[in-house]
Amino acid sequence: MALEFLEGNEALVRGAVRANCNFFAGYPITPASTILHYMLDAMPATGGVAIQGEDEIASIGFCIGAAMAGSKALTATSGPGISLYSESVGLAIMGETPLVIVNVQRQGPATGSATKGAEGDVLFTRWGTSGGLPLIVLSPATVGETYELTYRAFNLAEQYRTPVFLLSNKEIGLTRESVDLDAIALPPCIDRTHVGPVADYLPHDFHDPADVPPFAEFGGAHIARYTTSTHDKGAYLTADPATIGEMIEHYAAKIDDAADDIALVKADPEEGADILVLSYGVVSRSAAVAVREARRRGAKVSALTLQTLYPVPEAAISAALAGVSRVVVPEMNLGQYILEVERLAPDGAEVVGVNKMNTALISPAEILEQGGLG
Amino acid sequence: MTANALATYLTDRIGPLPFCPGCGHDPLVKMLDKALVKLQLPPDKVVIVTDIGCIGLADRYFTTHAFHGLHGRSITYACGLKLARPELTVIVLKGDGGCGIGGTHLLNVARRNIGITLIVANNFNYGMTGGQHSVTTPTDGLTSTTRHGNIEGAMDLCGTAIAAGAPWAWRGTIYDKDLADAIAEAIRQPGFAMLDVLELCTAYYVPRNRFKKRDLFTLIEKNGLKTGLLANKPRPEYSARLREAGKAGAGAWPRRATIERMFDNAVDRQTGIVIAGSAGEKVRSAATLFAQGAMLAGLNATQKDDYPITVMTGHSITEINLSPSEIEYTAIDAPDHFIVISGDGLKKSLKRIARLPESCTLYADEALELPETRARVVRLPLVATGKKVSRLSVATVALAALLGDASLFPAGAFSEAISRFQKPDIAEGNLKAVEAGVALSAGIATAPTHVPA
Repeated sequence: MALEFLEGNEALVRGAVRANCNFFAGYPITPASTILHYMLDAMPATGGVAIQGEDEIASIGFCIGAAMAGSKALTATSGPGISLYSESVGLAIMGETPLVIVNVQRQGPATGSATKGAEGDVLFTRWGTSGGLPLIVLSPATVGETYELTYRAFNLAEQYRTPVFLLSNKEIGLTRESVDLDAIALPPCIDRTHVGPVADYLPHDFHDPADVPPFAEFGGAHIARYTTSTHDKGAYLTADPATIGEMIEHYAAKIDDAADDIALVKADPEEGADILVLSYGVVSRSAAVAVREARRRGAKVSALTLQTLYPVPEAAISAALAGVSRVVVPEMNLGQYILEVERLAPDGAEVVGVNKMNTALISPAEILEQGGLG
Repeated sequence: MTANALATYLTDRIGPLPFCPGCGHDPLVKMLDKALVKLQLPPDKVVIVTDIGCIGLADRYFTTHAFHGLHGRSITYACGLKLARPELTVIVLKGDGGCGIGGTHLLNVARRNIGITLIVANNFNYGMTGGQHSVTTPTDGLTSTTRHGNIEGAMDLCGTAIAAGAPWAWRGTIYDKDLADAIAEAIRQPGFAMLDVLELCTAYYVPRNRFKKRDLFTLIEKNGLKTGLLANKPRPEYSARLREAGKAGAGAWPRRATIERMFDNAVDRQTGIVIAGSAGEKVRSAATLFAQGAMLAGLNATQKDDYPITVMTGHSITEINLSPSEIEYTAIDAPDHFIVISGDGLKKSLKRIARLPESCTLYADEALELPETRARVVRLPLVATGKKVSRLSVATVALAALLGDASLFPAGAFSEAISRFQKPDIAEGNLKAVEAGVALSAGIATAPTHVPA
């Protein structure tokens, strides 16, 4: 066992390197800047390229270009930068671009508190680009999970040819923790499926709508095309409603139909529990303390921690909700993911939010008290 | 041209070019084709990048790779492609509108000198969205958004790019006989090269302004626009330089500071420690080494730092948790140990000190005036002792005094972390500071503690 004392942002870069990330572009912003710093060291040392863009729009544009040239690309920012990424996130969806986007959340709105933690961007990350098409959002709770989920984010981006958000938090990104990264078991590294020998390459080819089209990189033997505008399988513009509808169905199905495969959750069920504490991100650590204390006091409480926020791991949430009369959802915002829980909760079950948005962590005591855990 | 030479890089697979009769984009696309034929580059090593605007329809008519992105951002995708694969020939076709919304990308690609070619189809207005004015619309020009004449000045795109550092720039019109040669010459440049090609928009700008071919030349003359080759000062291309520059720092990663257990500890539950001082007192680095010392003693640790964005002034406060088990909740609501070494840290901690529980020990420099507190107060000459050892060792003295008093883990573990992870010249002072801090703590048991009135 060899511990290191790492902040989440450094573990994130270690996870990216482990996933063979070889391109980074980003613009300085607290609390994500150290990712840029670490990547500027890590990329040259591992044969990749890292660059500080002139702004966030350029940074994600560089990443999209590089990703379509075959790179495994990463960019990182915080809430204000995600605002500037917004249009390009839609572009990445439209072009089926594998790309990992980090949001080290800080207190908003606007410039907010640059150096303080928050989780106010959950819905923004999911719904922050026009069109409302699905994408993948993962949320780590610890430095170790930041490493693991960054690695997994690359796998998912490659497997599904999609932008994947890693929703971190200043409270994880800039907090150092003792952690043994080598002890974290990782699945095999996944690379995008490259197209085989075909006479005429279709950048968005699929038979079943949920198929992920094989990839041909710009500069490779197959002529590649890419467009931000509505297009057919060949990436040629189209105004034909039937074709447009078929493409939209494809973009949605390749993510939504795979929801169970993308779902990463940690269940801590208690036999006969009538309360469920459902949490994600750094708040889940307070929730774990609260649940343990509630059980010590004799309450029957189950816990479910989500690492995948989107697509919503509905099967896992529904399974955890079965039989409970109250579900407690603590969040460092005014109540965002609770909306997903409310729609999945069984009839009659009470859904209680424990919300705090003043930059301070939600404490175990607050979850115990406001969640009525006994 | 050999027998195998490519006669064209255009394809009619999706039909003829889509531009309005008389629009300059049609001949411009054909001039780019002529340039490519002249250069005979393999189509699979060429990428045509466009964005929004009528010229953005052009990329898919080429047999090369084709990339069409968001309004004004084509340069960013082109740069990403070039940075990832420097061997590619990357050509951007962009409108004057795109040069407005994406102006910063024009400045920065010129400044960095990334080896892409930019061809601006400059027809003085937005053709795709209804003939609105752009950054190049001439003063007094009529557009759908300057109905009584443009009161804005027109941007000189080449002049702007050259001022930003573009090594190669050319301006002309769609009627120039040497346009294809100029495009080929631009593509041949290893660095950034741009062409500002003045054109007619027959859908909007021409009818609205009764603007004819000869007016293009009048405009050039009247506005004193320079034409022809405007800059030719090659300098090293960026994507190649970036790779070279990266090699110099390649040893900086990974920086692994691994820690195995070497010492015992006496911490049986999660223990919260706060140290509050001033910028420049090395609070953060001392706290990191302290935590790494705790890890050498078999403990888990977390560290959070708080300091103003103007990092060389004001407070510097660090929170450390130590625990024999996994640390979940990292905030320290009821500190076990609170160290105040200077006035900046004290000022920022007044409310917190007032709330400290009785179970907390507050170690404070003897010179500080403390607020009322329930904590056990230990006054120590932290600053005076630290300064005797070395200028930057006050925080280390304080943390060592805490170790001596509270016996959380051996001071030797703190020293081991310092020896391992600090440069020898800095470690030397801090090792003495640990000794001095432990010596200070020896007097604590007998020293009077007091609660200020």
